[in-house]
Amino acid sequence: MTTMTAQTTQVYSLFIRATPEQIWEAITKPEFTAKYFYGSHVDSTFAPGSPFNSWSPDHSQLWVDGVIEEAEPPTKLSHTWRALYDEEAAAEEFSRVTWEIEPADGGVSKLTVVHDRLEGAPKTAASVAGGWMYILSGLKTLLETGEPLAG
Amino acid sequence: MTDDGDLVFRALADPTRRYLLDRLFERDGRTLTELESELEMTRFGVMKHLRVLEDAGLVVTRRSGREKHHYLNPVPIRLIHDRWIDKYTERRVSTLAELKTELEESA
Repeated sequence: MTTMTAQTTQVYSLFIRATPEQIWEAITKPEFTAKYFYGSHVDSTFAPGSPFNSWSPDHSQLWVDGVIEEAEPPTKLSHTWRALYDEEAAAEEFSRVTWEIEPADGGVSKLTVVHDRLEGAPKTAASVAGGWMYILSGLKTLLETGEPLAG
Repeated sequence: MTDDGDLVFRALADPTRRYLLDRLFERDGRTLTELESELEMTRFGVMKHLRVLEDAGLVVTRRSGREKHHYLNPVPIRLIHDRWIDKYTERRVSTLAELKTELEESA
């Protein structure tokens, strides 16, 4: 039972030379997500209970939808997640993404992304596994250099 | 921030620690007891290795009730890839890959 739960959780963590406020902004503003999140535009008021949407660059397609569960700027954001960009994943249950931001020593912050509740979303689990690494590496590059990750 | 790369390379420079990462890659979220059962090593020894992996950011622990689960965090390896592999090897590797394809096709 324990291992079942454990297997359906993915954890990603990294240090970024930025303040928690800068990281929060990069997660919650579409002009930032466009630069590291596959060009997507995040769209939410980030009030608990309100919708969480992520649009394709031209806003013609909704790529991800969900609901904000918790929002404590600039340290914690939690929202449900349904991957609409993939037909099979779109038919699965909602999973959950939690962003945790902690200030660390020397002007850096630790960002941890936990993608859990993946029990009812195996396709989603498989599709996001490599994606989060790419996204977080891009987010770090963007915040530390001001430039999107090349290539 | 110290160069995290140092900690990652040091953590990876040990066969037991690489073995632990492979076990977590296979099945993530294992407890110390589960990991310990896969190694001919004392609990203390496994804990020490996990500690090095955690300090390097390659393993992240999360508590769930009384249990502590260990998760493989692949981000530092990805960052090393972006920093080193892309920069120095992309062209050479692709040349070698082409050579391999050519040789195998003519064989």
